[in-house]
Amino acid sequence: MTTNPATHLPVLDNQPNSRRGFMKACGATLGLAAWATALKPLTEWAADMNVDEFLQKHYRELKPDEKQAIFRRLEADCKAEHGVDVKIADPQPNDGVQFAYALNLSICIGCRKCAEACSIENNHDRKTNNSYIRVFEMEMGGIDFEKGDATYDHPVPQPDKFYMPVQCQQCENAPCVKACPIEATWQEKDGIVVVDYNWCIGCRYCEAACPYHARRFNWEKPTIPAEEINPNQGYLSNRIRPQGVMEKCTFCLHRTREGRMPACLEACPTGARVFGNILDPQSEIRWVIENKRTFVLKEELGTKPRFYYFFDE
Amino acid sequence: MSSINTPLTGEDATKSMSTRETIHSYPRFLWKALGVATDGSWLFYGWMTLLTAIALVGANAWAVQVRDGMVLTNMSDHVSWGLYIANFTFCVGLAAGGVMMVIPAYLYDDEEMHHLVIIGEAVAIAAILMSTLSVVVDLGRPDRFWHLMPIIGKFNWPMSMLTWDIIVLNGYLVINVHIVGYLLYMQYLGKRPNPWWYVPFVFLSILWAISIHTVTAFLYCGLGGRPFWNTALLAPRFLASAFVSGPAFILIVLRAIRMTSDWKWSPRPARTLIQIIRISMAINLLMLVSELFTLFYTGSGHAASAKYLFFGSHGASGLVVWIWTAIGLNIAGTILFFTPAALRRGNLRILACVLCIAGIWIEKGMGLVIPGFIPSTLHEVVEYAPSLVEWKITAGIWAFGMLVLTILVKLIEAIHAKRLSPSNSHAL
Repeated sequence: MTTNPATHLPVLDNQPNSRRGFMKACGATLGLAAWATALKPLTEWAADMNVDEFLQKHYRELKPDEKQAIFRRLEADCKAEHGVDVKIADPQPNDGVQFAYALNLSICIGCRKCAEACSIENNHDRKTNNSYIRVFEMEMGGIDFEKGDATYDHPVPQPDKFYMPVQCQQCENAPCVKACPIEATWQEKDGIVVVDYNWCIGCRYCEAACPYHARRFNWEKPTIPAEEINPNQGYLSNRIRPQGVMEKCTFCLHRTREGRMPACLEACPTGARVFGNILDPQSEIRWVIENKRTFVLKEELGTKPRFYYFFDE
Repeated sequence: MSSINTPLTGEDATKSMSTRETIHSYPRFLWKALGVATDGSWLFYGWMTLLTAIALVGANAWAVQVRDGMVLTNMSDHVSWGLYIANFTFCVGLAAGGVMMVIPAYLYDDEEMHHLVIIGEAVAIAAILMSTLSVVVDLGRPDRFWHLMPIIGKFNWPMSMLTWDIIVLNGYLVINVHIVGYLLYMQYLGKRPNPWWYVPFVFLSILWAISIHTVTAFLYCGLGGRPFWNTALLAPRFLASAFVSGPAFILIVLRAIRMTSDWKWSPRPARTLIQIIRISMAINLLMLVSELFTLFYTGSGHAASAKYLFFGSHGASGLVVWIWTAIGLNIAGTILFFTPAALRRGNLRILACVLCIAGIWIEKGMGLVIPGFIPSTLHEVVEYAPSLVEWKITAGIWAFGMLVLTILVKLIEAIHAKRLSPSNSHAL
């Protein structure tokens, strides 16, 4: 940090200063040009976006007509990009309904049909074979994930193993909802935890907070062959997700809120899965919870899962 | 702290400019500051060019990451935070560590520290900028940044610890920018700073410095699903290690100023910092031992991450080299700091600083953030090592932080040496 003596002599300050100033101006111009070049990929990325999308409000602040406009825009985007006509619906939670899920570990054979059905139903990225369900092959004699394996690749069921599919537990006291800094994920009236894919900033704090490895991040734009796109989509559930946002199991709300069963349940060849409204005394799920010895995962964390496991006698 | 006790009336008497003039000469101050900040030796230009080049590489890597997706990082759904958040954690500690100059200067009336304390505050400003950038580059959708802003976005406060972190980090930045800006401007004008304009903020900044690192620890230890982080010891450990890395970094900056300028001061402030480092590092290591004992002696599932970190498990051992390097660096640095030679102005002191900074960077980042994800919450072991893009971006953030710090320190030095004053016709 030596000082330039010329700057202390006002009499002489014209000559050297102007040369120095000229050099600095050249440096600044070069610098700006370099920054513009370095950040150029951002303009390529922004070319795909529009102002409406950028300014879109949080789902729960949208008026009905604003929602409709967004759904139509998303449908048009899908048509333009994949050439597929899709229908984006937005079924609302029904009064007097609280969903719960139960899974019979005695009869699950670990075939992963549920995980596959999830992938197809929910328009998951095909490159990574993404699914909201991970099936663990567990050792008999305890429920110890430390000894479990989710990457098994051999015929099932193995005689000395049992199988444990894990997906979002739709916790009543959900750590992911608490973690989100911008309320991009919340619990709906019927107990389902959803994500507004157009609001999420992709910080992944919810993914760190989830004790059940239930959340997934779109590390890149999901790729699905046009002919495999499921056209029946829900705004808060299985529509094709944008790059850089979180997603998760929604108990197939676009189906279940309209009286159908989740895709994973329909795909199960052994009938291990039970789904329904626990507020309905006649429901099968209610019967299972009242009559079977059920348990939930990591009960000690106080998350109050809505996903129950049980064994037959 | 004589300046605080000076009555305001005495201060007014020394005023040569009206408040109006004071405000009006501010743009001129900025213009002259720009001149000083861009003037220097060839060494200075070389250093700034190097930093700019690294920052450009980082900016380009980030732009590509935003365009093509975070698939360019080596993070996954199993290890969903990586180098960025690791570096973020360290930088928050660096920012908090600056307070270890403020406390002796203002709480213990250390006159000499008082003359240098502004350098600690400049380090805090640069470090806060680096931590904020580390979070921004970790976002999948930086275009939606405005969702994080109170009122126009949706701010999940007080529930989300991340909102607390945003508040305390920005608050700390504003407080320090105000203190540094005000003191420098007053010194430039040759006026005695009005204590009412900055002393309350200095005391606020002491509490605030503690809060930024505590809240950052709460981000992790508040997650019940991650047993490795879920320990009450995390915030105290963060603070103890910050009070090593912060002062160590400041010692290096002080050395750089002494080597490149005519600014002289006695060895006392540095010795105070070294005493602080000695005690903080001892406390830090004690807490580490305490943590390890609880984990390994109990031997419960809580030890799974620690086992992976220190010894490897399920045939995976990616972090073992990192953590033992960190422990080696920390112990070596601590031993050096405890030698009498560290109190003298020599290279040994700088070596001790470098060892401890590197050790803590690993311990807090690769040694704390990453093992929280390994094994995963369902006990799957998926490993992580940063990708080239992640290294480029992180290096870019550091280069940017050092650019800011160099300019701040240059201005501080120029104003101290009276090369930057209203009568001095320094301009572009």
